[in-house]
Amino acid sequence: MAIIRASNLTYTYPFAEKPAFKNVNLEIERGEFVLLTGPSGCGKTTLCRCFNGLIPHFYGGTLEGEIIVAGLKPSEHAIYEMAQHVGFVFQNPENQLFALTVEKDVAFGLENLGLPRDEIRRRVDWALKVTGIYDLKDRAPFELSGGQQQRVAIASVLAMQPEIIVLDEPTSFLDPLSAKSILEVIHRLNRELNITVILVEHRLDLAARYASRVIVMDEGQIILDEEPRKAFLEEKTKMVGVGIPKVVRLYLLLREDGINLSRVPLSPDEAAESIVEVLESDRG
Amino acid sequence: MSMLDGLRLLDGLRFRNISSPIHKIDPRAKFVYVCALFFVAILFNQIIPLLILFLSQVPLVIIARVKKEWLRLIRGSIFFAALIFAMNVISLYFYGGYPSLASIIEHSLAMTLRFIVLVESFSIFFLTTSPDIFGLSLEQMGIPYEFCFAFTTAIRFVPVLAEETQTIMDAQRARGLELESGGFIKRIRNYIPILIPLIVNAIRRSLELAEAMESRAWGASKKRTNLYALKMGGKDYCFIIISIIIILISIYVWLFIKIPSITQIMQL
Amino acid sequence: MGQNGAGKTTLVKHFNGLLKPSKGRVLIDGIDTRHVSVATLARKVGFVFQNPDHQLFSETVEDEVSFALKNFGFDEKTISERVEKVLNILDLTHYRKSSPFMLSGGERKRVALASVLSWDPKILILDEPTIGQDSYQKERLRQFIMQLNQQGKTVIIVTHDVEFVTECEPRIILMKNGRIIADGDAREILTDPNLVSEASLVLPEITQVFMRLNDYGFPRNVIGVYEAKRLILERLSGGFMR
Repeated sequence: MAIIRASNLTYTYPFAEKPAFKNVNLEIERGEFVLLTGPSGCGKTTLCRCFNGLIPHFYGGTLEGEIIVAGLKPSEHAIYEMAQHVGFVFQNPENQLFALTVEKDVAFGLENLGLPRDEIRRRVDWALKVTGIYDLKDRAPFELSGGQQQRVAIASVLAMQPEIIVLDEPTSFLDPLSAKSILEVIHRLNRELNITVILVEHRLDLAARYASRVIVMDEGQIILDEEPRKAFLEEKTKMVGVGIPKVVRLYLLLREDGINLSRVPLSPDEAAESIVEVLESDRG
Repeated sequence: MSMLDGLRLLDGLRFRNISSPIHKIDPRAKFVYVCALFFVAILFNQIIPLLILFLSQVPLVIIARVKKEWLRLIRGSIFFAALIFAMNVISLYFYGGYPSLASIIEHSLAMTLRFIVLVESFSIFFLTTSPDIFGLSLEQMGIPYEFCFAFTTAIRFVPVLAEETQTIMDAQRARGLELESGGFIKRIRNYIPILIPLIVNAIRRSLELAEAMESRAWGASKKRTNLYALKMGGKDYCFIIISIIIILISIYVWLFIKIPSITQIMQL
Repeated sequence: MGQNGAGKTTLVKHFNGLLKPSKGRVLIDGIDTRHVSVATLARKVGFVFQNPDHQLFSETVEDEVSFALKNFGFDEKTISERVEKVLNILDLTHYRKSSPFMLSGGERKRVALASVLSWDPKILILDEPTIGQDSYQKERLRQFIMQLNQQGKTVIIVTHDVEFVTECEPRIILMKNGRIIADGDAREILTDPNLVSEASLVLPEITQVFMRLNDYGFPRNVIGVYEAKRLILERLSGGFMR
């Protein structure tokens, strides 16, 4: 059974004239790595807020249609209940860390749940190790680099052992190297812990290789839902201002001139491999 | 004093993560100590005991390794100290009935010193107590968690706010805003382009914070656990006992020993 | 370009006098920044900050854009002409009477840019202009920047958006720990693996592809897609009929 299922979901913010998204139908299976993208204002962040009940509990407004996340209807359960199933990592690392040490920040959610102290300790240490920041545990979050802060944010939702983690443009404030390593951490959570990942991201060049599925939204609608290699072949993707990775653009340009690489490359490695294949067959 | 200087002064109160014997003392024990000093400082209005009180805390500052921060705070309070001194001199001169100018000055100095002693003991407390631990001790004393959380979060955001204020000022100055130009009213108006973004950003930030808190199970359980629990140890009780002894000795001195004033000593 | 905390923003704040050097000097158009006010330098040097919310405060977009013009003492007529022009260029005319706070993130960023371009500074500094922008917005921004540059403006961009930079092909100054570690054109700097990793950047995607094709006799210093295509086609044309 799907871990997230939305049918005919429509949402309008309070005081808004038109819905942020309408008639969204979506099924996400356990263990998927979904890349959710689309131009600014397309409704992707709004959709994510429905997964842990921030919509409707925090934002109000009117939610129509049906959504079930991890077997629960978010509108019927408090955000803190949903939080134990759905972890949420936000764009700005600065505004999602509250404590004065990394360790206390990671413990925050567990403390709120009122878990026994040694259970908290065990889970905090585990989450710090999985995200590779155990050595930073006594530091103050605001002294850390953006990349480290984002790892703290990930560790702090991971400690709650959710089945789903939603990340809303987690790399947009980071330099490319930190962005790359954050995406690698997310990939590991998905592959090794089988956590369902929903990643909202503009940086397809770094993220596409990890995704099992790309969903593109525009003007409040899902306009494309495909596995990455196929998604990039759709002209629609380009139409709505999704940044197609350069290696894919190279693939498309070569195809115009009749050179067909064996597959749509999702990383420079794959592109190089396919080009080598073509060169070798050309020689032979 | 501009808004930014104010924030910088607050920043001076910011806890720095070093470890020392003083840092390790339970904040509740330290709090008793601060109260004891408070009591003693209010008890005496002569210069000699206040001076002793002032000097006796200097070793603590050195043991706690916060000398630099502490000096900065004392320097920051000089303006207020000077104000207190001037007010005292003026009011005593006109209404006091003191025998001589020398004794007026001595008394005013004592009052100023009292203020500095209070600043001193407070700063030792805040410079050596992590706000996290302080919040925790408030919590364990039965103060509602919401309040403790608000307190530690406020402290956490002081440096962020100071930096943001600086950025906003830079952004507006880069568009030709001259803060120091014009008459009094104009100067106040000059701050509008700084205040509005500051407020808008503070609101936006608090919404984002609230959203993140909610997403991390804020309010899930009535019985919140804390990763740490404060336990009073032998050292802490010692510290409390020392504080009580200080109070007792001071009361004894206050009741039975006549403390000479500097003017009297000089005359001998 | 360079890692966060490398000193990029601190350096560019010296260019309009927000910061003054404690040693050495900064000359802007021949003027020593230590001897003039920020307001004077700002006439020559426009500085667009990273986050538009750090500067927007007016009731309407129009007021926001005329703020600097009033500070610089332009007359009413010039102000309304300039505002008109810059709103038009940045496609903001229909928001003229709207509150800047009601606009989307991308639009707010454009208003902030307009409020600086309004006084037509010779030098334009943009701090992280691509953060939070989608690819369509980035492409528009890039075209706009190139256009300004062709009109003779000096443009300085602080960024770590490598792919954005490969499309502009500017001169690059790399910083690390408060020092300049390299200074040269984009092709030379961004294809040097050591420099790139020292500055916490990554190689451009196309460069990464060509690094791996090096054994096949391709050059390493390729950054553009069209160039990449041309090189591959040339290699194939021997035995390949089209």
